Amino acid sequence: MKPAFLTSLTRTAVAAIAVCSCAASFAGEVEVLHWWTAGGEAKAASALKDQLQAKGHSWKDFAVAGGGGDNAMTVLKSRVVSGNAPAAAQIKGPSLQEWAAEGVLANIDDVAKAENWDKLLPKVVSDVMKYKGSYIAVPVNVHRVNWLWANPEVFKKAGAKLPTNWDEFFVAAEALKKAGVIPVAHGGQNWQDFTTFESVALGLGGSDFYQKALVQLDPAALNGPTMTKVLETFRKVKSYTDKNAPGRDWNLATAMVIKGEAGMQLMGDWAKGEFIAAGKKPGKDFACVAAPGSAKAFTFNVDSFALFKLKNEANVKAQKDLAAAIMSPQFQEVFNLNKGSIPVRLNMDLAKFDDCAKLSAKDFVDTAKTGALVPSVAHGMAVPAAAAGALQDAVSQFWNDDKMSVASAQSKIAAAAKIK
Amino acid sequence: MSATTRSSGPWLPRLVVAPSFLLSLLFIYGLMAWNGYLSFSASRILPNYDFVGLAQYEALFDNERFRVAMGNLAIFGVLFIGGAMAVGVVLAILLDQKVRGEGLLRTIYLYPMAISFIVTGTAWKWMLNPGQGLEHLMHQWGFAGFSFDWLINPEMAIYCVVIAGIWQSAGFVMALFLAALRGVDESIIKAAQVDGASLPRIYWSIILPSLRPVFFSTLLVVSHLAIKSFDLVMALTSGGPGFATDLPATFMYAHAFTRGQIGLGAASATVMLATVAAIVVPYLYSELRAKR
Repeated sequence: MKPAFLTSLTRTAVAAIAVCSCAASFAGEVEVLHWWTAGGEAKAASALKDQLQAKGHSWKDFAVAGGGGDNAMTVLKSRVVSGNAPAAAQIKGPSLQEWAAEGVLANIDDVAKAENWDKLLPKVVSDVMKYKGSYIAVPVNVHRVNWLWANPEVFKKAGAKLPTNWDEFFVAAEALKKAGVIPVAHGGQNWQDFTTFESVALGLGGSDFYQKALVQLDPAALNGPTMTKVLETFRKVKSYTDKNAPGRDWNLATAMVIKGEAGMQLMGDWAKGEFIAAGKKPGKDFACVAAPGSAKAFTFNVDSFALFKLKNEANVKAQKDLAAAIMSPQFQEVFNLNKGSIPVRLNMDLAKFDDCAKLSAKDFVDTAKTGALVPSVAHGMAVPAAAAGALQDAVSQFWNDDKMSVASAQSKIAAAAKIK
Repeated sequence: MSATTRSSGPWLPRLVVAPSFLLSLLFIYGLMAWNGYLSFSASRILPNYDFVGLAQYEALFDNERFRVAMGNLAIFGVLFIGGAMAVGVVLAILLDQKVRGEGLLRTIYLYPMAISFIVTGTAWKWMLNPGQGLEHLMHQWGFAGFSFDWLINPEMAIYCVVIAGIWQSAGFVMALFLAALRGVDESIIKAAQVDGASLPRIYWSIILPSLRPVFFSTLLVVSHLAIKSFDLVMALTSGGPGFATDLPATFMYAHAFTRGQIGLGAASATVMLATVAAIVVPYLYSELRAKR
């Protein structure tokens, strides 16, 4: 037989535990789907985790590596279909609108209003984060896509100078070729082909043409003479790449520039991470300049987290804290220093960032005012996935098939733009 | 005891088989039917059930990339199946000559089957890449004029997939045929020899015709390998250059899972299913009829 007092003691203990667990469940849990699993990206993600844990919420990591997010998307779809969505998932660009149209994303206007997001974000960026006027996602960072990365030592040896427009680009490429190096490091994958293509389009046609042709998919612009010139120039760029390019990963192409086997590469600012990991200093061991002719324009690739509708109220609270934390200056700084991108929040102190990032941030602010801040098609920011995929197919086919005429490529691109 | 066994006879086997029967009904045929249903819907990133009739199929057959994929399937299918069968049969016949070290040779030829298509694809990618593989090696050896750039040539790249595929599967065909050859009655061969038939003649007119069942089951295995082929292409060329080596399976994956066009992807999967059925159904029909 148990003494009576012991029983009551047990009861009290049970009650106490019950109270405790009640209090604990008041702080919610956030489950975040992302594919930042390697190197600097993983460090960047853990910064977010620390910040949320400091607020008393628990963080459930839902990292799905591989496939540039394809694998993660497949997992996400099955979770959402089975009614068990995570709090937030890494989704970007017009895909946000597609997810919102399925009615599974949460409205976070209250957080946005409290934190004044409309003032902190350029309008082109905040428009991407909204569905029917309400915020459904929170932006994390900005990558600039229209960069040209160059090895200054190779340029010096070849007697070439860094190009500021496409004519100079070909002069430099010719000099590099004579000096016996591969002028342009390229990886023949369709998104890389398109990254080059959109830099050519932006440099030759300017941001107005880019906006009309590749964002609004205006048939007149797509069939016009500027597009013809863009395609001709694009093909000419190919003649300065090496023939082993097909299938090469972007970081291997960057490595060619680092090692001095190649002179330059057209790639977004994630390439900087490769240079820095190889112990190179920006401005000294490698040069970052805007892609030829596009110094006054900016193609952006903004990563963001879509926020899903949740049932548990404590988790909703945690989700809102997550959204606020992502936009906070501390997180924006830590994350972007690790990731190599720049903060999406305007007017931040950039003292800790390197020169490439400072230039990028300055251009981001400037182009946001002039309207030359345009979304990148190659990185799924401008048009829905179906049309973007079809455009990439057409452009890649032209890049790989030297026999295809410019006219037929142009009509293929125009046809691809009609896919919905 | 024997009475219970007899009375449980009719229902016990059925009971034991029932779960797997139900599972395969649900997860194979059920999902096939669901996929077929989705191919008539307007599904984008998530499945939905807005009926759009044949619109997805119209879009599919209008899509140049899909036509390229189907054309590639025809090229790949014919050459891969034909090549793997031919090489496999020849190897089996040669090994059947009671050569010394047969066990070792058999293992060597069968070994490629033990590794995945991903490994095969990656290894062949390195070997066929002009900058680091065969062409590079030949240049280093002094044959400066040697050129083998199929892998990066949009018109020839599909043949690289064929080469790697045959390398992988020929050993498997060989093993099946070798086993069958060993099963051929020695006395028939002896009788033919007595009649003065030459060895090639014996193989061509007597042994190979008697292997008809093995021939068909091998054909069935190899042809479904060809139609569902996905990992080999992903590892070797990832569908490139451009989309020159796309197959229906890679097309389906790209559209259903990365481009948010589940309806279109489902339609292409249905077309693939129809292609498989076109091969399997006549075979099953002839086999079942023969047994009756």
